[in-house]
Amino acid sequence: MAKQYETVIGLEVHVELATRTKIFCGCSTAFGGEPNTHTCPVCTGMPGSLPVLNRQVLEYAVAVGLATNCTISRYCKFDRKNYFYPDNPQNYQISQLYLPICQKGRVEIDSEDGKKFVGIHEIHMEEDAGKLIHDEWDDCSLVDFNRSGVPLIEIVSEPDMRSANEVIAYLEKLRMIIQYLGASDCKLQEGSMRADVNLSIREVGAKEFGTRTEMKNLNSFRAIARAIEGERERQIDLLEEGKKVVQETRRWDDNRGESYAMRSKEDAQDYRYFPDPDLVPIVLDDAFLEAVREKQPEFREDKMRRYKEEFDIPDYDIEIITESKHMADLFEATVALGSQPKKVSNWLMGETLRLLKEKSMDPEEVGFSPENLAKLILLVDAKAINGSVAKEVFEVMFAQDIDPEKYVEEHGLKTVNDEGALRRTVEEVIAKNPQSVEDYRNGKEKAIGFLVGQTMKAMKGKADPGMVNKLLKELL
Amino acid sequence: MELLNMTAVELAAAIRKKEVTVLEATKTVLSQIEEKEDTYHCYVTVDKEGALANALAVQEEINRGLKSPLAGVPVAIKDNMCTEGLLTTCSSKILGNFIPTFSSEAVLNLQRAGAVILGKTNMDEFAMGSTTETSAFGVTKNPWNKDHVPGGSSGGSAAAVAASECFYALGSDTGGSIRQPASFCGVVGLKPTYGTVSRYGLIAYGSSLDQIGPLCKDVTDCATVMEVISSHDAKDSTSVKRNDTDFTSALKEDVKGMRIGLPKDYFGEGLDPEVKGAVLKAAKVLREKGAVVEEFDLSLVEYAIPTYYTIAAAEASSNLERFDGIKYGYRTERYEGLHNMYKKSRSEGFGPEVKRRIMLGSFVLSSGYYDAYYLKALKVKALIKKAFDEAFAKYDVILGPVAPTTAPKLGESLSDPIKMYLGDIYTISINLAGLPGLSMPCGIDSKGLPIGLQLIGDCFQEKKLIRTAYTYEKARGAFGKKEDGAHGKAI
Amino acid sequence: MANIISDETIEYVGILAKLELSGEEKEQAKKDMGRMLDYIDKLGELDTKGVEPMSHVFPVKNVFREDVVTNGDIREDILKNAPGKKDGMFVVPRTFE
Repeated sequence: MAKQYETVIGLEVHVELATRTKIFCGCSTAFGGEPNTHTCPVCTGMPGSLPVLNRQVLEYAVAVGLATNCTISRYCKFDRKNYFYPDNPQNYQISQLYLPICQKGRVEIDSEDGKKFVGIHEIHMEEDAGKLIHDEWDDCSLVDFNRSGVPLIEIVSEPDMRSANEVIAYLEKLRMIIQYLGASDCKLQEGSMRADVNLSIREVGAKEFGTRTEMKNLNSFRAIARAIEGERERQIDLLEEGKKVVQETRRWDDNRGESYAMRSKEDAQDYRYFPDPDLVPIVLDDAFLEAVREKQPEFREDKMRRYKEEFDIPDYDIEIITESKHMADLFEATVALGSQPKKVSNWLMGETLRLLKEKSMDPEEVGFSPENLAKLILLVDAKAINGSVAKEVFEVMFAQDIDPEKYVEEHGLKTVNDEGALRRTVEEVIAKNPQSVEDYRNGKEKAIGFLVGQTMKAMKGKADPGMVNKLLKELL
Repeated sequence: MELLNMTAVELAAAIRKKEVTVLEATKTVLSQIEEKEDTYHCYVTVDKEGALANALAVQEEINRGLKSPLAGVPVAIKDNMCTEGLLTTCSSKILGNFIPTFSSEAVLNLQRAGAVILGKTNMDEFAMGSTTETSAFGVTKNPWNKDHVPGGSSGGSAAAVAASECFYALGSDTGGSIRQPASFCGVVGLKPTYGTVSRYGLIAYGSSLDQIGPLCKDVTDCATVMEVISSHDAKDSTSVKRNDTDFTSALKEDVKGMRIGLPKDYFGEGLDPEVKGAVLKAAKVLREKGAVVEEFDLSLVEYAIPTYYTIAAAEASSNLERFDGIKYGYRTERYEGLHNMYKKSRSEGFGPEVKRRIMLGSFVLSSGYYDAYYLKALKVKALIKKAFDEAFAKYDVILGPVAPTTAPKLGESLSDPIKMYLGDIYTISINLAGLPGLSMPCGIDSKGLPIGLQLIGDCFQEKKLIRTAYTYEKARGAFGKKEDGAHGKAI
Repeated sequence: MANIISDETIEYVGILAKLELSGEEKEQAKKDMGRMLDYIDKLGELDTKGVEPMSHVFPVKNVFREDVVTNGDIREDILKNAPGKKDGMFVVPRTFE
């Protein structure tokens, strides 16, 4: 009988923090600048420059630590990780090895076998590297240090996951927590969240771990799932052939669907960590931790519980809306303005999700204000516009956050409630469509639908369909 | 008084009184440089045009009312401090063409006080050495005897002051690099308490040990310069906020009741008898002035050198990684691929002493050795600090020699690194413990070379050092070089 | 000499430190490093059990900057000393295989 293997997975997740400036200097972290325009002597490793820690980085790191049930170190330091690479301007990265800011946490995830905990070994603060661009023309590489010094936290899990599904569940959970905190936007594609997968296999029932490999360059959930499958297969094949798994770092090539070892004889992987003498220790007192704790938002579980009590909307709606803090905030703010919860939820669950999907955007990117959504709901409630006009207006509002009242006014989209005008139009439609009129009178109920449509068309959509229906029936 | 014989404070006063213009002072010192540089080679770069232009600008400011005790006085800067637009080499080929785009904070403090920068002084490459012979740009000679070294690593700064090629200079001290050359060249040097002068813009050697300080003609200049360059700098995380940097207030002739301790280990085997004699004589002078002087046991002296070399080399190996041929400095001409470019640029760009320390530092941090070497050294450092804490519970000032001998002959030291390292025995524990240390001349040996006296204080106690030094200086009388009569009269 | 430094060690440290020594330099480096380590071994005489390693002399702690952008575009300055530059970037030997 073939052997049964178990996959053992631990994750190193790098998250780019949403600070305005870099971790050790006053350069902007904004995306999209021309190369090296967001740099200074500190983040380009100029001789004589010195780092000074951004307070916000510490606050975010502690916030994430508290939200993942970590113990926060009351005394922590930065260490230098020494290795030569052109994207690393000092040829050492300022990171934390000996005394990381957070340790021993855990988060709960939903796995195939129900709820389970994934342990967090530690969270540490560090600086990001610059970007290397290959120049085909001159057969060289070019270095852009705009990203150099952007603050990161690295969240190191325990090897507690057993499948790609658990890994994805864990990542989604982390992303949710961090987005709720506002500490990062956590976009895998854009690299503001990156996961390295440590994976080993062992026979089911074995106590010891197998030799693990580390997989890098995974920039989507799909790539992560594929890489885990691929690496699991590769390691099983090796063991079945009687070979050994080598502890190494491998790079996943998602196009080819395979990984390859990143090894070089010039790469000793001996980082010579030691405390950075240019930075002083961080000593945290109760007051600091209390201040960060007070700023913690209501997390999803609590929010879901509260929504169930406060709002009369389906559980399914609650689940979807609370998946994103931004959506939840939008929901609550709109309701607070007096809109009926179910109606708000309908707009978020229906048109908002549809447009997000269509434009492949994240819920965090929804740009319209609660005020405008409330106004739109009010317009519909007051029958000032009909359903299809409302959807049309919503689409514009979704794109540009316009004031729906003004927009309806300016574009003349108000429903015509003048019965005399409507009656005249209905009479014209009846006169122009004798065949349908006859069909209707001969008992073809459906024919009235065509006549309603013709009337709406003549009214350029600005009529209440119910009223049109009523008038038609009356005049026929 | 002849202009070149003036101290910095005297010159500034003469400028204020309009007895001399900044331009005259600058021109005079530039012609002294022109005359003496061939012999002593104190400078890597002399910025003649910059200094002349600056002299006019500073004169304007003085005329408009700039009040500063150093306004208009020409100064020399050690070549490991960044100076905007002015070549800064660390006396290394690897930075042979490096022109910084910003100035170090200490230099900016001087410029705000109206200093005229003459140029950049020679040094041991990356401040690694005790003779200024490891410079990639030639050796500096001792103005007292040009067959001897000026000491190091701030040898160019010390020699420039001694040869009147400037009125004062800035140096840096990681293990004695201000105090020892000051001693060898017969000038006054002060290494302040760690964190007193900003390290921003100082090209790092051993970051936890490096401090910038002045090299001057006398104690008054030294206190005055200290007052100007000390500042709390938000750009340097290790900068300390102090509100007691009015160092000139300590220029008092008064050591009555001052408790001065002489560590027995500083006067034992290896100390040249002439040096010993002169230092003890200075101690007696202070006793006569009312100080309580006694011997005591300062433990762990012999462990300071191995501790220092482990920590300094480790930090240096990391600090010097940024010199890789990519962002600035030297890049080798021919290479195959990235790693070969790194290796060739660095191997060709660094000199032997720097390579030696980088290799040692990389080794003591490497996997499997970190605990045994680096961590052990950090623990011994804690013990050394404790030994000083205990000593300063009993004494205000510790007095001893700066170096075991006076300046050795050129070429004598480099052949045996350990022997050279041993020459730092009285200076380096001060850096390990972050303490202030002052070096000043206290005699001349039979070879005609100056002997240095070292005063060590507890953290933040520079004023006690200045008061003691000032009192001794008054008792000792003027000290200067016979042959040139460069500053003051010979004792 | 108690510490014998092997060719492999010198080779290894050379990889870490990105230094390439000539044959003669290598021999000298082996000797120097061996002697220095012998000397450093002297620290082993001291009992440091229970001693906290001291990286900073003073209890200076919690030095922060606020999260405010203070730096503008100084690209020209940043690239000024570069041995190789192109399109506003530093030129390095090819890093991709």
